[in-house]
Amino acid sequence: MLPRLFSFNGGVKPDPNKGDSTREPIARLPLPPQLVVPLHQHIGGTPRPLVGVGERVLRGQRVGGADGNVSSAVHAPTSGRVIAVESRLMPHASGLSAPAIVIEPDGEDRHVEREAFDWHAASPGEVRDFLRDAGVVGLGGAVFPSHLKLNPGKAGHTDTLVLNGAECEPFITCDDMLMRTEPEGILRGALIMKKMLAARQVLVGIEDNKPEAAAALKAAAAALGDTSLEVVVVPTRYPAGGAKQLIRVLTGIEVPHGSRSTDYGVQCFNVATSLAVFQALEQGEPLIRRIVTVAGNVERPRNFEVAIGTPIGFVFAHAGLKPDTDKLIMGGPMMGMPLPGVDAPVVKATNCLLASSAALFPPPEPELPCIRCGECARACPADLQPFELYWHSRSRNFGRAQEYHLFDCIECGCCAYVCPSHIPLVDYYRYAKSEIWARERDKDAADSARERFEFRNWRAEREKEEKAARLAARSAAKPAAAPAATDGAAPTADAAVDPKKALIEAAMARAKAQKEAVAAKNTAEPDAAQQAQIDEADARRARAAATPDSERTE
Amino acid sequence: MYNSPFLRQKASVRRVMVTVLVAMLPAIAVQVWLFGIGLLLQLAIASAVALACEAGMLALRRRPVARALGDGSALVTAWLIAVCLPPLLPWWMIVLGTAFAIVIGKHLYGGLGQNPFNPAMLAYCVLIVSFPALMSQWPGLHGGDAAAQLHWIAGGERTLDAMTGATPLDALRTGLHGGGEVASVMQSAAVGPAFGHVAGAGWEWVALAWAAGGLLLLAMRIITWHIPVAFLGTLAAIAGLASAIDGAHFAGPAFHLLAGGSMLGAFFIATDPVSGATTPRGKLIFAAGIALIAWLIRSFGAYPDGIAFAVLLMNICVPLIDQKTQPPVFGHKLGKPDGGAK
Ligand code: SF4
Ligand code: SF4
Repeated sequence: MLPRLFSFNGGVKPDPNKGDSTREPIARLPLPPQLVVPLHQHIGGTPRPLVGVGERVLRGQRVGGADGNVSSAVHAPTSGRVIAVESRLMPHASGLSAPAIVIEPDGEDRHVEREAFDWHAASPGEVRDFLRDAGVVGLGGAVFPSHLKLNPGKAGHTDTLVLNGAECEPFITCDDMLMRTEPEGILRGALIMKKMLAARQVLVGIEDNKPEAAAALKAAAAALGDTSLEVVVVPTRYPAGGAKQLIRVLTGIEVPHGSRSTDYGVQCFNVATSLAVFQALEQGEPLIRRIVTVAGNVERPRNFEVAIGTPIGFVFAHAGLKPDTDKLIMGGPMMGMPLPGVDAPVVKATNCLLASSAALFPPPEPELPCIRCGECARACPADLQPFELYWHSRSRNFGRAQEYHLFDCIECGCCAYVCPSHIPLVDYYRYAKSEIWARERDKDAADSARERFEFRNWRAEREKEEKAARLAARSAAKPAAAPAATDGAAPTADAAVDPKKALIEAAMARAKAQKEAVAAKNTAEPDAAQQAQIDEADARRARAAATPDSERTE
Repeated sequence: MYNSPFLRQKASVRRVMVTVLVAMLPAIAVQVWLFGIGLLLQLAIASAVALACEAGMLALRRRPVARALGDGSALVTAWLIAVCLPPLLPWWMIVLGTAFAIVIGKHLYGGLGQNPFNPAMLAYCVLIVSFPALMSQWPGLHGGDAAAQLHWIAGGERTLDAMTGATPLDALRTGLHGGGEVASVMQSAAVGPAFGHVAGAGWEWVALAWAAGGLLLLAMRIITWHIPVAFLGTLAAIAGLASAIDGAHFAGPAFHLLAGGSMLGAFFIATDPVSGATTPRGKLIFAAGIALIAWLIRSFGAYPDGIAFAVLLMNICVPLIDQKTQPPVFGHKLGKPDGGAK
């Protein structure tokens, strides 16, 4: 049966460049002399370090514990000794450092005792906790904690679980190779997730430039004999592997920005994440290694299975970095980010390490003014008007940019890819978004300062009143009321204070509501939709929302 | 250090502009073949003036001159001006029009990409308002030999009847003003060879050549179908309706489509991205508006062809049109409970 496929607007067709790194099978990279395991490798709270300097750790041992539920654990990729717990360079464009556990492998690779966990018998909540503590996060690039997404949502069930094997970014082939080698584990992981989501069916989406992977998965699905599993080949068009675009192509459903896809009856996971779920629950193996494509300006492009924490330079050395390399990129050429240096480690988000040269990715030609040709709008998969966003971002008119749905932009880069004026459009959107977040942060800080101030006033006033009441009580010589009145929380005093307190509270609530209305105006031309978007920005900044919205492409 | 995307399509403003210039060649060739080489000289003058003004303005505005000159946008403006104007105008009018377009129409508004009005149409309107008589002197079919044409362009003595012939639109207007009816004017020998089979001898071929160039632009994805289709469709519909109601006083759709600047306007002028509407629905409204206004001016106004004024008038409406026709954003199309849809 051929399922009906849908389409999304826009998109581009860059040269896939996937041949070079798929010629050889996945190779297991040796362990480096030192592993730098960052504590914070996912969306959400930074894990607390669980080990100290000098301590011996075993492979799979938890070295960072999840901080609250919106977080995930990190583990030692091998056995060895902790030689430092300190800030190290992170694979991030800004060149920032963050706390990491530095491990010197002892070469024995001894495994920690596996926890016996029977997920069939466990409650869904327990399974989610287990996955959180196994450090399973989205491996497609967004690194959103997977356990948060394995919740059916309001309805109590889901229609479709979408497995994302589209891998639409040029050069990246890690999912392709994983699907070829581990089809059964991927599908078994999918069936576990399907059960957790109470889903009706599983659709695996694969772009049609990966016939081997599709064939392997189809054979594995047939062997498993589960008719709810379906492997669907979709047309190759970037960004078909964006979670929203793939959901749209496979089911016709468009999940708007900022809402949970489970509310629309779908949920989407990367194929590598599915395998990680399987390995955690069935084999007791936490997420300590991942497949990384090494491609671009290297002698031997290939996929490697790399221990998390391996320095990027070590990985490139094995692929033979060519001397004319001018830049290192983590991710693909469309959405990847420039790396600050070779010392930064491979993290859970590292799907691809790309070496760039001037010949491979020529530096952009000088920027010209926008001629409003509309090419960008025709290429935008989110149906935005990129040149309007550019215009308003550039003139720092962020309210207008939000009216033009700035936060619906998935930063896929299609617009900049086609722009004849060579405008780095996505840079402008990143800038505008971060400015809006910063302003919101400032506003929050100011608000809470004001609230503190008002609370102090209120307390001072209350104390004054209580004092007056006490004096009155004393002068009325009613000793029975006196001890009670000294303590505002005591039941008898409550009777006296409560009406007043209620009034004050009501006044504070009104003031707060007004303030919120005013604050919203500060961010230019407010309306309900914008406020919603601002709230979304808040949620995302706080990294507290369980919306899997940040699932990146491929 | 630059950020993603690191991969870019081979596209440039220069490529866009050069494609437009190439697409103009068929019509230029036909026009030269039918009406003489005057146009070539005008193209040369306009190009030189446009480049000089562009360079001067860029230097004044302290912008990198060489890079911006290379984008080809000034040449496109220059050529559009040259093909819109009667080809035997004295040289100083071309200079004036082109300089006005580049200096005032383009750079005083902030240069490439910033001008709210189509610079070529601005130049055309300024000239026709200032010099209405000269602006209606078009050469007749094979009007005059090269030497005579060059003599005129150089500013020499003009002997009107020698070379000029009324354009079809002009001839029709004069004929109708004289109390004639469409059919009789078109057949009348009095207006000479202005009318060919449909819309004037020779002019149909020029129109078809513009259409051919326009199809090239469509094929190269420089323009989308919206503006030409909406413009020509609206023009044909109105003309068809009017001539059905009062065939004696209103020309039919075929005449309107092939006469004057209809094809040039549909494919090359209304499609100017900078000053035109950008959203798909906005383009339809924008082009339909131009067609309506142009037909009104042709039918009731004082000027023979109204496309230039129509374009400028619709240029004013572009911000409003664009704002009101924003296409729905991904996920906000079905009005689901998403909180952010408009
Ligand atoms: S593609 Fe570039 S030049 Fe064209 S409208 Fe978009 S931003 Fe402007
Ligand atoms: S980066 Fe944003 S604006 Fe540009 S094409 Fe992608 S979604 Fe659209």
